[in-house]
Amino acid sequence: MREIINYFKSIFFALKSLWTGMKVTGSYFFRPWTIITQQYPENRKTLKMFERTKGELVMPHNDKNEHQCTACGICQMNCPNGTIAITSLSIETPDGKKKKALDKYIYNLGMCTFCGLCVKVCPSDAIVFSNKFEHAVFNKNKLVKTLNKEGSTLKKGVE
Amino acid sequence: MTEEIIIKEAPEQEISINMGPQHPSTHGVLRLVLSLKGEMVQKVEPHCGYIHRGIEKMTESMTYQQIIHLTDRLDYLSAHMNNAAVCLAVEKALDIEVPERVKVIRTIIEELARIASHQLWWCSFGMDLGGLTCFFYGLRDREKILDIFEETTGSRLIQSYNCPGGLMADLHPDFQRKVKEFIVYFRKLLPEYDELLSGNIIMMERSKGIGVMTKEQAISYGMTGPSGRGSGFSCDVRKHHPYHAYDKVKFNEVLRTEGDTYARYMVRIDEMRESMNIIEQLIDNIPAGDFAVKMKPIIKLPEGEYYQRVEAARGEFGIYIISKGEKYPYRMKFRSPNFSNLSALDALTRGHKIADLVAIGGSLDYVIPDIDR
Repeated sequence: MREIINYFKSIFFALKSLWTGMKVTGSYFFRPWTIITQQYPENRKTLKMFERTKGELVMPHNDKNEHQCTACGICQMNCPNGTIAITSLSIETPDGKKKKALDKYIYNLGMCTFCGLCVKVCPSDAIVFSNKFEHAVFNKNKLVKTLNKEGSTLKKGVE
Repeated sequence: MTEEIIIKEAPEQEISINMGPQHPSTHGVLRLVLSLKGEMVQKVEPHCGYIHRGIEKMTESMTYQQIIHLTDRLDYLSAHMNNAAVCLAVEKALDIEVPERVKVIRTIIEELARIASHQLWWCSFGMDLGGLTCFFYGLRDREKILDIFEETTGSRLIQSYNCPGGLMADLHPDFQRKVKEFIVYFRKLLPEYDELLSGNIIMMERSKGIGVMTKEQAISYGMTGPSGRGSGFSCDVRKHHPYHAYDKVKFNEVLRTEGDTYARYMVRIDEMRESMNIIEQLIDNIPAGDFAVKMKPIIKLPEGEYYQRVEAARGEFGIYIISKGEKYPYRMKFRSPNFSNLSALDALTRGHKIADLVAIGGSLDYVIPDIDR
């Protein structure tokens, strides 16, 4: 007799436990505003990333097409993956001294692990991370980017 | 007239099958070679190495700042703890005392990472047992923590927020408010986890008494973290060898003595509550000060051997450095918790069914990149 009671008891508790779980799921049916789902490709216009989001490395230029990179190469040395390659050329300043200047700042996005060391060590704050995160391209050569713009020069006052 | 039905018993022979490397319930590229007798598992032989990247060797040609970003890629769900282990080892070697602010921030972010990790474990554990509902509930709450991480550290999963001597950046001004909001939100929603899965009869039938490990066995296999604590092995590094600000907060080490899959499950659920307690104690008392100590651009550790262990989300994570006084380590070894926990899989599953193997594997919560490194 006792066995039979226990048998039905266990069935009752099993059904009860299933009902408890179903209740939670069912309750969301009646309060759909508590569900947080972003409709990603549709909300691209209003999507706002956090300002520190490490999307890709960029070199900000001001409106006179001037950047702040002195081609010192510290970021290149600190990069663990060899993502950054800097080519420099030597120019002559008006007072006759020879100086290193940036020729090309090549950044390979496909090799970057976004550790943020380059931005941290840069002595002249020439590079920052932007929020752009949609990097899909059809050809991986397109991931190799030249960060300094055509014809850009060093901002005055940055040594 | 009754016709006698003769059941011809098939000769019992062991067959061996592969589970993995591409199998959804192994959580990655882990290959288990099973010896089966019918449906009963006789032996489990894990074959590692499918995602071996040679991280320990790679560290020998990297400076200590650069090693940080590689440790993210071991146990990606407790990336911040792994980072902190390297930083603590370097700071210990150089005899640097980091500011109180750094210690408290590291503690808070580590506990948030622990909650996020346990939430993802809860998702995948439910899914291993066939309940897809859990997956969406866990990920929904994890999203809140990842947003907090993204705002402060810049990344969601692999943050690289630590650096030897402190942190990469200061806290975002919204950090405290958002963490407090999250605690209120998650305290309300954690009982939902219990309602959905902990009390569920199917889950209880499949986990109670399955994969029992005694305390002695757990110690001899080196099981640490929630898996070891489910067997009653008191192994919380935060409690026994406090680092960061863990000696200033009050929290309980969650221990269970049953040692079965359900015990390991409940330890993790209770640990989420303890983590929230720790965060609540610290979030209002973040001391002012610098977020990093000024370090030399090239760090050279003095000659010697250094070991530092931290409590990652899955157990004790240790880091062993041999330095010859150069800017690169001479040799580096990681003691990963998942590797030791995986070694116990054979003893846990012997004599159980294949479906139980999935449940036991889910309760061990292994992360494959941490096993193979």
